[in-house]
Amino acid sequence: MHSLVFIKQVPDAAQVRVDYETGTLIREGVPAIINPFDKHAIEAAVRIKNEFGGKVSVVCMGPPMAEDALKEAMAMGADNAYLLSDRIFAGSDTLATSYALWAGAQKIIQEEGPVDLFWAGKQAIDGDTAQTGPGIATRFNIPLITYVVDIKKVDPENKTIEVVRLVESGQEVMEAPMPCFLTVEEELNTLSYAPLPYLIRAAKTPVKLLNSSNTEIDASQCGLKNSPTKVKKAFTPPKRERGEMLEGDSLDAILNTLYEKITPVLKQMGKVQ
Amino acid sequence: MIKHDISKYKHIWVFVEHENGEVARVSFELLTKARELAKDLDCEVHAFTVGDKVEQFKDEVFKYGAKKFFIIEDPILKDYMTEPYRDSIVYLIEKYKPEVVLIGATTLGRDLAGTIATVLQTGLTADTTALDIDPKTKNLLMTRPTFGGNLMATIFCPDNRPQMSTSRPGVYKAIEEPVKGEVIKEKFEFDKAKYTKKILEKIIEEGEKVNLGFYDIIVSGGFGMGSKENMKFVQELADVLGGTWAASRKAVQAGWAPQTRQVGQTGQTVHPKIYIACGISGAIQHVAGMKSSDVIIAINKDPEAPIFELATYGIVGDVLEVLPKMTKMFKEKLGKA
Repeated sequence: MHSLVFIKQVPDAAQVRVDYETGTLIREGVPAIINPFDKHAIEAAVRIKNEFGGKVSVVCMGPPMAEDALKEAMAMGADNAYLLSDRIFAGSDTLATSYALWAGAQKIIQEEGPVDLFWAGKQAIDGDTAQTGPGIATRFNIPLITYVVDIKKVDPENKTIEVVRLVESGQEVMEAPMPCFLTVEEELNTLSYAPLPYLIRAAKTPVKLLNSSNTEIDASQCGLKNSPTKVKKAFTPPKRERGEMLEGDSLDAILNTLYEKITPVLKQMGKVQ
Repeated sequence: MIKHDISKYKHIWVFVEHENGEVARVSFELLTKARELAKDLDCEVHAFTVGDKVEQFKDEVFKYGAKKFFIIEDPILKDYMTEPYRDSIVYLIEKYKPEVVLIGATTLGRDLAGTIATVLQTGLTADTTALDIDPKTKNLLMTRPTFGGNLMATIFCPDNRPQMSTSRPGVYKAIEEPVKGEVIKEKFEFDKAKYTKKILEKIIEEGEKVNLGFYDIIVSGGFGMGSKENMKFVQELADVLGGTWAASRKAVQAGWAPQTRQVGQTGQTVHPKIYIACGISGAIQHVAGMKSSDVIIAINKDPEAPIFELATYGIVGDVLEVLPKMTKMFKEKLGKA
């Protein structure tokens, strides 16, 4: 079983703050982390390797500092790590990003052999688009299963996998032939602690570099210029002002005040006359 | 990037999402919004879908102003499956060349839209909360939150068509404006051997199927509720107000509420008229999912809780004491006692 996990290095969203003076995000001092959903994809791939044998490759597109994310992925049990990094990728939207990752993956397949399972988190916590995974799967022309919450069965002999995915009305159990592409939810698994041998291997194994000179990537499909979507403007939403703390002699008095305050809204909704 | 001849594309298309014979409400919301955009573009609003039996939805889509309803019917499309849906929809779009394609940002819509846009080699803007037409260029301006709602970005797609967007449920109102529409049936030859994925079982969570976006009033319980049993206080208040109940991620992780009721970055985004946060401290991930609510009422015993920073009205107190009293009082005042 060979898994290839697509990961992204993102700023820790919980620590990003807004500078309301300038209307920008304050990113200084905010640690870069592996996109939390992607970590669950790495975990799932490593568990399947541990049960059925094989290996786990991981790839990240980004600036040189994204190497840290790949090192961490190896500490979680990935065997090979590839950094896809080139100036030509700068400003890529999801269509261009899925192209670059797909083209980079072709090179990884040449080096590491055919892949049975492709993985990614359901979305990245910075862009929140959930579009890159489906885009890559489409380019490979393989079955896509999004929002995976459970792996029920892996059958390496018949080359099938059975998973549970979330849908609007509940869940569905789905079987797909391998190779296929899975995007995963956090509920899929609990992350394990990196055992010492993984940590040692991560420290010793170099991250391999992929760019436009050692892959077949077509520069005319990458970067800002070749992305169909462009950003017209970015702005911070207006800050919500701290409202009114309701105080009174008794809880009854406070709740009475609250009721009076929200009566106009309740009227608008037709809940009171 | 291949630039398309954009002059060949016309009209706004709205995807009619359906499951178990029912149309998703977001499709009606988008049809309503599309009517507004169509005025600026001087074009028509059309609906489209694929499925096993979908002609039955025609009255509903015409009720919301779609002048044409493009459909492909085939038993292979009985249950939603990415690949046959993608291929048949791509066929419709390539044949009729709509200028704009709008899809609901549901689990189904987000699964589908990315694959369609990739095949069509066009731009797709995810999860938008505002759509406008640029008065000068007539391009669609698509505004969406990123960084968990901390930053908004307005995106456009100048050289490729269709301009595609998934839009969040609950952002636009669904308003009827019936027209006499026309159904246009198309045939698509599926290469059945190509679709190798199978649905083995569907687990419908009856009673727990909840799209929080439908509700004007949401009462939400957090870790401060203390136990699963105490969540009933949240539910009781929601019932009295004619709203629904929800939970924070911490409450869901503690097993006090199903994931389908989670509000926040990894749950659902809501913007009701009234959001009552009970025992919720206001972690940034939660706030990202509810801060656009019109009126936010926060009840928390910690006066320093970050939720008070954005609450319209704050009550410092023990939720277990406040909620039952509030339910009783509101019940009387609303004449439900």
